[in-house]
Amino acid sequence: MALLEVKNLGISFGGLRAVNGFDISIEKEALYGLIGPNGAGKTTVFNLLTGVYKPDSGKVLLDGTDITGKNTIEINKAGIARTFQNIRLFKQLSVLDNVKVGLHNKHHYSTLSGVLRLPGYRKVEKEMDEQAMELLKVFNLEDVAHVAASNLPYGQQRRLEIARAMATEPKLLLLDEPAAGMNPNETGELMDMIRFVREKFHMTILLIEHDMKLVSGICEKLTVLNFGEVLCEGKTSDVLNDPQVVTAYLGE
Amino acid sequence: MSFISYLINGISLGSVYAIIALGYTMVYGIAKMLNFAHGDVIMIGAYMALITMMKAGMSPILAIVAAVIVCTVLGILIERIAYKPLRNASSSLAVLITAIGVSYLLQNTALLVFGANAQTFPSVIKWKGLSLAGGKLNISGETIVTIAACVVIMIVLMLFVQKSKPGQAMRAVSEDKGAAQLMGINVNGTIALTFAIGSALAAVAGVLLCSAYPSLTPYTGAMPGIKAFVAAVFGGIGSIPGAFIGGILLGVIEIFGKAYISSQMADAIVFAVLIIVLLVKPTGLLGKKIQEKV
Amino acid sequence: MDKLKNMKKTTKNNIITYALVIAAFVIMQSLINAGSISSLLEGLMVPLCIYIIMAVSLNLVVGVLGELSLGHAGFMCVGAFASAFFSKCMRDTIESASLRFFLALLIGIAAAAIFGILIGIPVLRLKGDYLAIVTLAFGEIIKNLVNVLYIGKDSNGFHFSTKDVMALNMEPDGKVIINGPQGITGTPKDATFFIGFILILITLFIVLNLIHSRDGRAIMAIRDNRIAAESVGINITKYKLMAFTISAAMAGAAGVLYAHNLSTLTANTNNFGYNMSIMILVFVVLGGIGNIRGSIIAAVILTLLPEMLRGLSDYRMLIYAIVLIVMMLFNWAPKAIEWREKYLSFGKKKKEAVK
Repeated sequence: MALLEVKNLGISFGGLRAVNGFDISIEKEALYGLIGPNGAGKTTVFNLLTGVYKPDSGKVLLDGTDITGKNTIEINKAGIARTFQNIRLFKQLSVLDNVKVGLHNKHHYSTLSGVLRLPGYRKVEKEMDEQAMELLKVFNLEDVAHVAASNLPYGQQRRLEIARAMATEPKLLLLDEPAAGMNPNETGELMDMIRFVREKFHMTILLIEHDMKLVSGICEKLTVLNFGEVLCEGKTSDVLNDPQVVTAYLGE
Repeated sequence: MSFISYLINGISLGSVYAIIALGYTMVYGIAKMLNFAHGDVIMIGAYMALITMMKAGMSPILAIVAAVIVCTVLGILIERIAYKPLRNASSSLAVLITAIGVSYLLQNTALLVFGANAQTFPSVIKWKGLSLAGGKLNISGETIVTIAACVVIMIVLMLFVQKSKPGQAMRAVSEDKGAAQLMGINVNGTIALTFAIGSALAAVAGVLLCSAYPSLTPYTGAMPGIKAFVAAVFGGIGSIPGAFIGGILLGVIEIFGKAYISSQMADAIVFAVLIIVLLVKPTGLLGKKIQEKV
Repeated sequence: MDKLKNMKKTTKNNIITYALVIAAFVIMQSLINAGSISSLLEGLMVPLCIYIIMAVSLNLVVGVLGELSLGHAGFMCVGAFASAFFSKCMRDTIESASLRFFLALLIGIAAAAIFGILIGIPVLRLKGDYLAIVTLAFGEIIKNLVNVLYIGKDSNGFHFSTKDVMALNMEPDGKVIINGPQGITGTPKDATFFIGFILILITLFIVLNLIHSRDGRAIMAIRDNRIAAESVGINITKYKLMAFTISAAMAGAAGVLYAHNLSTLTANTNNFGYNMSIMILVFVVLGGIGNIRGSIIAAVILTLLPEMLRGLSDYRMLIYAIVLIVMMLFNWAPKAIEWREKYLSFGKKKKEAVK
């Protein structure tokens, strides 16, 4: 059974049907791309999947559980984590603390034991530190662990956002234009990193991207969105050669 | 009969709130900031008018003109010096706290210059007003002039914003600063103009307020300023007719609250209105909804 | 290694803060004992403790949670009146002053915390300017309500009214406890500089430890980016309410000190109104938003300076106003930040994270 099963998802803003009849089915450990021209509704799909918007039609099943219409927090707990097109970090917090916020729901101690520094606090904080540092190592950020997130260069900020999302131990990772603003070198490193994350964590990844080199390089399957509707879907090479897709991108 | 006279008093007080609220709502709509010092500009305007009349012995008309000029300049200066540098600040709290500072600065400067004692403000309106129903219902000249001034100001402002070139620029800037700039609109100039208009209205409101309630202290403007903001939120922030309706309703609520519930609780009632509006319909009566982009 | 260094750094920072407070107390107390301090200055010590607690607690909302509260004095008012009411009723029942004060303290804190929750639930749904103005509104309403509150006690028990003393309808033996605008008179003067000092330490302990805990991180994450915090499963309402309530409770403690430092407790603009809220805000801004130690230092300087330089006391409020504007422009204007980074970089390239 597919990890993510979406049927007939849709939402309207005012009179505008932003997303309509959206279907997608993503297998476990797949690397799946969602592409389409600007304004096609890709980010809106992400917002629907993560509960930022409530869909007015359709059904979303994650690993067999119905998560349609749940709020962002419930959906994150159910196992979807994401990054944002315009990076959203906790700017004044350190890199380490950004990841530790991601670990928030995986480790518990009471407010009282935090304020009184009871043994529970020390034990759990130590575990969180260790786990966060491990993640930072994966994303090659351990050297900047104590730097404020806002002081990181752009490429590292993007990586930190992915690290933070991974800290919530998701089943499905959504990446919204992870390569935006990167130079070809950085994009190359990013591609390696995405592949590595998938293999190391057996992660299922759905990403939005405009960089066709990245898309054709790492995505196994694609769905093309145009005017809020699915234009076509299938294997990456087939989709990219589909004359319909070429027309959608280049115009008539 | 007392009901009608409370109602008229309420509309009159509400008209003053409405004039202040018009300034508030325009500034909020365009600069997206809560100009806490707006109420204190009212107080400065009233003091200016008082000085012009008492010390310089000039006519009430000239006093109003002087107050308007001083407040307009003051409004532009405040915007330039205190608010403009923070327009692109990373925290929206920055400009709000600065505005509180400006409000305090104006109050305490006035305190040092004019003293803490209340000064009696001579009404600028010499007309006795109307006596209806055989003397049972008296409407003062101040009341009538205030209500009339408010209606005229609102209509002129609406025409200005809808029809004139600078008015269209204002609407453009309030929709999208960046896009307006790209279309060749002078954003800084437009914002300064908005502050100028708002402050000029504050001067008028100050004179009318003190003509009706003739006691002037450095704190005279603070409460009406905050209440006018309540009125602007009530009517829907950014909306000119909203500020008008909000102001009138708030004035009526306050006077009725004083008369029928408790005079000590009048302010609390006004603030309760604000809380209820913001919790039930944060966009106010005539405002529109803005959704945060993700 | 690097981690160890950092752990030490925040701990060291906290120790410096505690040490400063303790040293300041020891110095002031020995000066008082030696009698080498004016009675005016001595009388300022408890108010100073109150301001410090208020500033630290407001910084929890403004600096750590990132929302502006303009009604903080309202919570102080609740704490003051609840505790003074208790102390006055119990004056003859509980002999021990320290036990009575301790119970009054708990009651004041609890009352303020309850108000914090009641007000926080609706208010925290709002953001930015609207939140600020609604907290201001609540603060004014609290002050207004206290001014129309009459409570008396006679052989039949308690009597309430919102009109006047006559409306209490008491037996001849009845005693008025809260007398509307005249407030409460005859509260025992149980607050001392030492108690104030201990309360400052407790406040500091709670705030500093909270910031460096799981909950504190969640609160700061909400401040930095609400949408991202939500996306990693942080319960926004819960943590906002937690910060707001803890802050209100601390303001309540400051109110208890206030009430037990004066023989007459009334609610007016200067003690429990907008003016007090703004004064505390000035301390927070001058000390650096989010900087707890800074709040304390700013409160001390801005309280003592105008008193010590007699000529300045007329200009006190004016100075506050200018401090507020200049500090905000200097710290937040993008141009000023650019200028500072160019000329005042101190050779440091990467700033450490602000905790």
